[in-house]
Amino acid sequence: MNETIGIFLTLEGFILSLTVFALAIFLGFELISKVPPTLHTPLMSGANAISGISIVGALLAANSNEGNIATIFAFIAIILATINVVGGFLVTNKMLQMIRGKKRGGN
Amino acid sequence: MVDFSTLLDLGYLISATLFIFGIKKLSSPKTAPQGNLYGALGMLVAVLVTVFKMQLSDQGIEGWMWIVIGLGIGAVIGYWMATTVEMTGMPELVALFNGFGGAASALVALSEAIKVYTADDYAIAEPIFQVYHLIPILAIGASALVGWMTLTGSLVAMFKLKGGFYLPLSKKDEKGRRKWVNFPTWGPSWLNYVKSLLFILGIIMIILSLNNPGNVGLIIGIVLLSCVLGILFVLPIGGADMPVVVSLLNSLSGIAAAFTGFVVGNTVLIIAGSMVGAAGLILTFIMCKAMNRELFDVLFKAFGGSEKQSLTRTKVGSDPEEVAMVLDGISKCIIVPGYGMAVSQSQHLVKEFADILEENDVDVSYAIHPVAGRMPGHMNVLLAEANVPYEKLIEMDEINSEFSECDVALVIGANDTVNPAARSGEGPLGGMPIIDADKAGVVVIIKRSLSVGYAGVDNDLFYEDKTMMLFGDGKKMMAELNSALKEL
Repeated sequence: MNETIGIFLTLEGFILSLTVFALAIFLGFELISKVPPTLHTPLMSGANAISGISIVGALLAANSNEGNIATIFAFIAIILATINVVGGFLVTNKMLQMIRGKKRGGN
Repeated sequence: MVDFSTLLDLGYLISATLFIFGIKKLSSPKTAPQGNLYGALGMLVAVLVTVFKMQLSDQGIEGWMWIVIGLGIGAVIGYWMATTVEMTGMPELVALFNGFGGAASALVALSEAIKVYTADDYAIAEPIFQVYHLIPILAIGASALVGWMTLTGSLVAMFKLKGGFYLPLSKKDEKGRRKWVNFPTWGPSWLNYVKSLLFILGIIMIILSLNNPGNVGLIIGIVLLSCVLGILFVLPIGGADMPVVVSLLNSLSGIAAAFTGFVVGNTVLIIAGSMVGAAGLILTFIMCKAMNRELFDVLFKAFGGSEKQSLTRTKVGSDPEEVAMVLDGISKCIIVPGYGMAVSQSQHLVKEFADILEENDVDVSYAIHPVAGRMPGHMNVLLAEANVPYEKLIEMDEINSEFSECDVALVIGANDTVNPAARSGEGPLGGMPIIDADKAGVVVIIKRSLSVGYAGVDNDLFYEDKTMMLFGDGKKMMAELNSALKEL
């Protein structure tokens, strides 16, 4: 098969990935417990920017000089994921700066 | 000898660690900006590691052009959108970014599917029916199902947050604007069965694709079905619940990224994706709790649907001079901001109003409803922009007891969050916690008309004798009120 499914050429590789997947889910559940309402939107926005990690998948998928439909899809994926990442972190920062600016203004 | 390219995988560990601490720090006010920085840093590490790894692989990077141009275009658009956005438009932007993330995951899965299915050696790649060879195919299907749903759902959520859109190509009015179309909320109860059916159908198609790997038609079927599902999923949910929906979609886009990780066989995608998926779900529950709503009710019981109450009563409006006279000599005033303040961009005038009162020794504070505006924290961010001190913004639970000794409550552009109908426990607003503005001595409400809010419920508060309505745009009315106060 194709090289892109590399780590799944062994059963061990798959089981290891599944383990990582399950543990990361548990970690995510435990990671946040109490969030003040002020931070709901920035946290959502920041987590959203992190879910732009699919940029890595897009880069891997675009690594081809064939220029066929698969590469074009991957190319669009790079653009969208980059917008998600760059825009997401910037807009989160913008929100947080305002919350911080407010505190400084209050003192 | 140790392969350097394999060692680079440790970079992904650094990246994943930065994400974990990033999310953790984002949930606390003091460390939040640092947390965001950690997240961005983690992303940078992940991208750099990936590029190095590709360059070091046997064939090197073959698609430099695609990669550099793609990153460039994305970065410019992302930067432009994030820096030009108005404070009022931020919730919509988060929804849109979220849709892009989901679409990116789904497109990667699609791209890989085409590559796998059209590979020359595909037919001879037997024995394919080893269970672990089926995993990428399963992941391609799952990523498609979740990813496209995230895209269309987020787009609908975005338009719902905006309230509608300008119809392209329609006639322009005298102000040069095109026709405004309200985004519909539509969802009879039988639609839930359709949604369930479509979802089950999607699962069946994924299972079918396992038996027919290489069947592109099935993948396209899953894509289309998922797009429709995303639209139907969000369409019945009222605008007031959109923050919860966007948060849930954010969780879904994380899951889509994790599935894509299984497709391309990349651990950082799996870790970051599943972590955001889980943390996003927890945040969704936290937000539901703040609104006193059950997630199930939000998703499957239409709220603020198409049945808006028609208005049968009228109320005579007051003018700013009258209100200014009432405000003269009071000792305590609480300002209750809502989405209307955000839309009219009147937060600076609200601050000016507070300054004028404070000069006359009036105690001024702000009552912040957890879901005032279109997203939690929306009001805090706006008022912060106008330099309102942090300690003046008081959360609903703490300030509600103060209204009984408050002379004037100034409600600006809020409706559902001060609607006493919520206390009855019935109707669309039933059970939602509200700000007790109606317990103040005099209630001044700045609003464009008596029209109903997002929940579609008429507001008794407007018609009470102690209520003074200032009909008009928030900014205009605040300006007039401020100048009337100065003339006193």
